[in-house]
Amino acid sequence: MSNLYVKNSIRFVLLILFQVLVLDQVHFGGYVIPYVYILFILLLPFDIPKSLLLFLAFGTGLTIDFFGNTLGLHTAALVMLAFSRPGVLRLYFKKTEFLSGEEPGIRKLGFMGFVKYSFSLILIHHLALFYLEFFSLRYFFTTFEHALINSLASLTGVMILVMLFTKPNKRKR
Amino acid sequence: MRTLVAFLRKHHFFALFLLLEAIAFSMLVNSYSYQRTVSFNAANDLTGGVLNAFANITDYFTLRKQNEELQDENTFLHNQLQYYSLKINTRQTYGDSLFRYIPARVIRNTMHAANNFMVLDKGRLQGIEKEMGVISSKGIAGIVIGVSAHYSLVMSLLNDNAKISARIKKNNQLVNVVWNEIDPGYGQVVDIPAHIQLNAGDTIVTSGNSFIFPAGLVVGTVLSYHPSKNQGLNTARLTYATDFNGLHHVYLIQNLRKQEELKLLEGADHE
Repeated sequence: MSNLYVKNSIRFVLLILFQVLVLDQVHFGGYVIPYVYILFILLLPFDIPKSLLLFLAFGTGLTIDFFGNTLGLHTAALVMLAFSRPGVLRLYFKKTEFLSGEEPGIRKLGFMGFVKYSFSLILIHHLALFYLEFFSLRYFFTTFEHALINSLASLTGVMILVMLFTKPNKRKR
Repeated sequence: MRTLVAFLRKHHFFALFLLLEAIAFSMLVNSYSYQRTVSFNAANDLTGGVLNAFANITDYFTLRKQNEELQDENTFLHNQLQYYSLKINTRQTYGDSLFRYIPARVIRNTMHAANNFMVLDKGRLQGIEKEMGVISSKGIAGIVIGVSAHYSLVMSLLNDNAKISARIKKNNQLVNVVWNEIDPGYGQVVDIPAHIQLNAGDTIVTSGNSFIFPAGLVVGTVLSYHPSKNQGLNTARLTYATDFNGLHHVYLIQNLRKQEELKLLEGADHE
């Protein structure tokens, strides 16, 4: 059990640092920033108490906001993601059985399963993020387009990280 | 009351979600107003320290470009020196310098958000105060809106709240420059009097009407002119002189007579 805490704490620190120090500084094609820090919330164990899930999302979002001077922005979007997570899991993986403390990683959900799971949540997160950022419908379609393109970039980033840190022999196709 | 408790117990997940979102939203809404942006001291020493440590490493990668920019600036200043040393003999008195420039390094800079900010590695201990102007070697770049002991938070020109009082260089007409765009690097000149014709390539400089920037610093050059359809004030699109993408070294401008001028204005208000 303590192993679980250690693992997630390390993951939290590394993801935040990677996000604010590396990815936030690089703008692919002008505005695209892959937001991979959401992986922390995506990979929390299945049986995590739902309230704890929300609190962790709140804290993570706030940390990112402090670095980017965007107080409240990532917090709101990430809490939205955390709120949707149990529903999305139920929607796609109703029949899958989960052990206590198991995480919804690529090992458990399979490659396509994980893509479905993470993309749905990334999309929810990014739509919230981009519309909240511009705080108006002034650029409705531009914002939508940006959110969509950015979601694909984030998904790519998330998948690369997950593939890198999952042992190949344990990956389920 | 009991039904409320029962309801909350049953739907605690949803209730907590609403509560956390409400907190996040209130923070977000507050951070949109200019006053709040000014008072919110996000440039705290913890995040500043992390960013500074990382900038120490990444700065090496752009040394060549930074050197070139500094050399360009040196050349420019040398030329000015020559010009003024010729002029200087004809003057009778020399006033004290009105402005002091403090060099600083950009340790964080955003360009693609709806409201962009920079963090600089100089703070209160180095004499930085709120509402000081920030310039790059090419033109103006932003305004200090928050200071901690060692770091300062700067509102970039690429910010909805950044409104710069400016002049058209060729005829000294007063205008304002705002961002109003989604594209970094381009801004808008607004409030152009109807009888003024602007051409692409015209230079826009600071007016000197605020305490933030001295007069005559370059803001940008006009890209295209848009006359208004109903005889109102015209607008124009401009390219900022500052290259926000490659911003490393900047100067903060301290107005040494700000207090004196403010006091004078205050007196005028009471009359």
